[in-house]
Amino acid sequence: MISIRTLTSTTILGLMLSASPLAAETHPVTNEALADEQVFVYRVGDEFASIDPQLSEDVQGGEFIRDLFEGLMNQDADGNLVPGVATHFEANADNTVYTFHLRDNAKWSDGKPVTAADFEYAWKRLADPETASPYSWFAEEMGIVNISEVMAGDLDPSELGVKALDDHTLEVRLENSMGHFPLMTTSEPTFPSPRWAVEAHGDDWTKPENIVSNGAYILTERVPQERSVRERNPLYWDNQNTILERVEALVISDESAALTRYLADELHRTEVPTGQFGALSEKHPEEAVTFPRLCSYYYFINMTENTHPALLDPRVREALYLAIDRDVITNAILQGGEFPAYSFTPEATANFVSPANPAKEMTQAERDERAAALLAEAGFDGSEIELDLLYNTSESHKKIAIIVSQMWKQKLGVETVLQNMEWKTFLEARSNQEFDIGRAGWCGPYNLASSFLDLMSSTHAYNDAGFANAEVDRLLDEAKVSADPSANFTRIEEILTTEYPIIPIYHYAGVYMMDETLRNWPVNNVEQKWYSRALYFAAE
Amino acid sequence: MTAFIIKRLLSAIPTLLILIIFSFLLMHSAPGGPFSSDRPLPPEVLANIEAKYHLDDPLPLQIWNYVVGVVTQFDFGPSFQYKDRTVNEIIGQGFPVTLTYGTISFVVAVVFGCALGMMAALKQNTWLDYLAVGISIGAQVLPNFVMAPILVLIFTLWLGWLPGGGWNGGAWPYLIMPVIALSTSFMASIARIMRSSLLEVMHSNFIRTARAKGLSSRDILFQHALKPAMLPVISYLGPTFVIMITGSVVIDLYFTTGGIGQAFVNSALNRDYSVMMGITILVGCLTIFFNLIVDILYAWIDPKIKL
Repeated sequence: MISIRTLTSTTILGLMLSASPLAAETHPVTNEALADEQVFVYRVGDEFASIDPQLSEDVQGGEFIRDLFEGLMNQDADGNLVPGVATHFEANADNTVYTFHLRDNAKWSDGKPVTAADFEYAWKRLADPETASPYSWFAEEMGIVNISEVMAGDLDPSELGVKALDDHTLEVRLENSMGHFPLMTTSEPTFPSPRWAVEAHGDDWTKPENIVSNGAYILTERVPQERSVRERNPLYWDNQNTILERVEALVISDESAALTRYLADELHRTEVPTGQFGALSEKHPEEAVTFPRLCSYYYFINMTENTHPALLDPRVREALYLAIDRDVITNAILQGGEFPAYSFTPEATANFVSPANPAKEMTQAERDERAAALLAEAGFDGSEIELDLLYNTSESHKKIAIIVSQMWKQKLGVETVLQNMEWKTFLEARSNQEFDIGRAGWCGPYNLASSFLDLMSSTHAYNDAGFANAEVDRLLDEAKVSADPSANFTRIEEILTTEYPIIPIYHYAGVYMMDETLRNWPVNNVEQKWYSRALYFAAE
Repeated sequence: MTAFIIKRLLSAIPTLLILIIFSFLLMHSAPGGPFSSDRPLPPEVLANIEAKYHLDDPLPLQIWNYVVGVVTQFDFGPSFQYKDRTVNEIIGQGFPVTLTYGTISFVVAVVFGCALGMMAALKQNTWLDYLAVGISIGAQVLPNFVMAPILVLIFTLWLGWLPGGGWNGGAWPYLIMPVIALSTSFMASIARIMRSSLLEVMHSNFIRTARAKGLSSRDILFQHALKPAMLPVISYLGPTFVIMITGSVVIDLYFTTGGIGQAFVNSALNRDYSVMMGITILVGCLTIFFNLIVDILYAWIDPKIKL
C-alpha cells in the first residue's frame, strides 16, 4: 500500500513538473495572453453537505463534484452535450437501451483506469436503500429498469438495469422510452465512484486524505465552514487543456460581507445582494454581470379543502395573477436583470414554445381592470377575502410579499396576512397545507420543459398545493414516451393559464460580481453547470 | 473545599441529564426534521435514512442510546447534515477556533474594562471619569453586528490593512477584528461594574480607616479595595467567559472564522440533532465548570465565604 502511494505521488510530481511550462503564456484556442497566477477564489453561501456524488444534493456540492469527478457526458458553455468519460453513445430505436462507450485514457487520481464498472457501481449505490441517499429520487427519474423495486428494497441492487459489458462499454436499460436520458448523465448523482475507496474508508472516503476522484481537480484541503481547495489533477485525461491551477471556495454566509471582501480583492466572484445591481454596475461596469437562469419564482395556491373558499374559483386566482405588477418587482425591487414571468416554464428553455397568453400582451392598467372585473364576476367583494401568504425567511421574499400584498390590497381590496417562517417550519407548514398562498422557487434540473411542468403532476412530491388535473397528468405521461413532446408542454402551460394553480412572478437571473480578467464563465448555460477547467484568467 | 468541589461535580451529573432530556424533547418537537427538504423525499427513501440514523426508534430509546454512547464511548454520533463528519470532529474543529479568539477577547475585555473602570472610580467626576464612562457607553451601544461591518469597512476596504474574514489557522491578522468586535461591549460592561463597585468600596469605612492609618493610595487600592471590588466583576466574568468562547454567532458569521457559534446556529436551522445536542452539552459543561471556578474564586477573595 505504502509503496503504491509513494509511486503515485512521485508520478504526480513528475507530471506536474513536466506540465508546468505549458500552464502559462497564451490560451491554446483564443491565443489570449494568460495571467501568471491562475487561482480562482469564489464565495459559497453555505458549506456543502457532502461531495459524495451519490449523496450530494446542494448546489455548492454539485459545483465541487463537477470539478472533482467526471460523468459520462459533460455540458459545454452553451449547455450542449459534449463527451465526458464517454466518447459517444448510441440508443436503440425506441430510446429504451443506451450504450455508452468510455474513453480508454480516463484515470482515477490514484492511477487506476476509469471503467464502466465504476459507473455501474455508482448507479447501483445511488439506488441501494443501504446508501440511504437523499438524492435517490433522481435514479427513479432516470427510469432505469427495476429502479422502484430496488429502492424499496424488494429487489437486490444487482437487478438494476445497468451493466458494464466490458471495461469501456456501459449498457443502460430503461423502463420507458426517454429521449433526454443522455442529458441526465451530466448530473452529479450519475458520476462514478471508486468502490475501493468507498469500501476502505466508509463515510470518510470524501475527506481530502482519502478521496480518489477522476475529474480535472483533486480536493487538497478542507476547513469546514471556512474554505475548501481543489487543485488540478495531473492524471486527468484532458489535463493539458486545463488552465486554472487552483480553485478555492470560501464559505461566507453574509452576502454583504462577501461583497465587501470582493471589493477588497479577496474574491473573484460573489453574488450581488438584492437591489444593489444598479449601483454596482454603474461603478464597476466590467465586473457586474447578469444573465438568465432556468429558474422560476412563483406563488402557489392551496387548492385543497384547507384553503380559503374564494381560491377555489379560477376567476379569483386569475385576478390575483393579473393584479401583480411584475415590472415593479423586477425593476424596482430586484434590479438584477430578472425577467417578469407569466408562464411557469422560462421561455429560454430548450424546445419550449410558450402558448399565446393575452395577459402578457396587456398593459398593467388593462390587467388591473380585468382583475377587478373577474373578482366581481365571481361574486366576491375583495375586502371580504383575507389570505395567508406563507414564505420562508429572506429579505427578498419579504420585500416581494409586502409589495404583492399591497398590490392585491390596492387593486382588489384583498387583505393578505404575511406568514414568515424559518425554512424547516415553512416546509412543515407547506406540506400540511397550512397556507392559502405560498412562495416557491424552482430551478429545472435539466434544460427541458418537463423539468418544470412535471411539478404540476397530481402525484409529484413537490405538489403540496393539491392541484390535480387529469389532462395535465395525461399530457405528462404522454410526453415521457413521445419523440417530440413540445406540443404537450405548450398545452400544459395553456392549462396553467386557465386554471391558475400557480402565479409565476419572475424568472431568476444569475447576478454576480466577477473579476474582469476571469474568462469563459458560461453565461449561456442556463443550468449554470460550470467547470473550473474551462475557466482562465487573462493577463491584464 | 475538596468536599465542596466533589459535591458540585457530582451534582453536575443530574443537571446534565436533565439538560440532555429537555434539549432532546425540545429539539424533536420543533417542526420539520433533519431530512425534510424542499423536495420531499419518497417515503421509502426517508424510511431508509431514518433507519440509518435510528430516528425511527421511540424517543426514550433514542435518548437512552445517546446517553449510553456519550458516557461509554464519548461518541456524540454522526452529523445528520454533513455526511462525512461526526459531531466530535465538528466540535474538535470549531471549538479551538472559538476558544482562541474568545480567550483573547476575554483577556482584552478584562484588562481594558478593569483599567477603565478603576480609572473612572478613582478619578470620579473628573474629565478622566467622563471619558471612561463615555467610552464604555459608546462601546456598549455598538453591538458586534454593527461593529463588525464597520471594522471591515475601515480596515479592509479603506485602509487595506487586514483581511476581511477567514481564519487561516488563527494567524494574527485574522484575529484582530474578531477580537475587537467581540470584546468591546463586554469591556464596557466590565468597566461599568468595576467603576460602581470600586466607588462603593472606596467610600466604605474600612477604606477610610486605612486612609486614616496613613496608607498610600496605591497600597489602599491594591491591598484593600481591589479584592472586594472584584467580587461583582468576577460573578459577571464566569458566565461571560462561557458566552465568549462558545456563543459568538455574529463573529463566526461575519468573519467566517469557522467557529462553534456558527455550527450551533446552523445545526438548529438544519435540525442537525446530534450536532445541536453535542454543542448544548459542551456549553452546559462549560457553564457548570466556570460557575464552580467563580465560587472557588469567591471563597479565595472573600474570607467570609466558607465552602
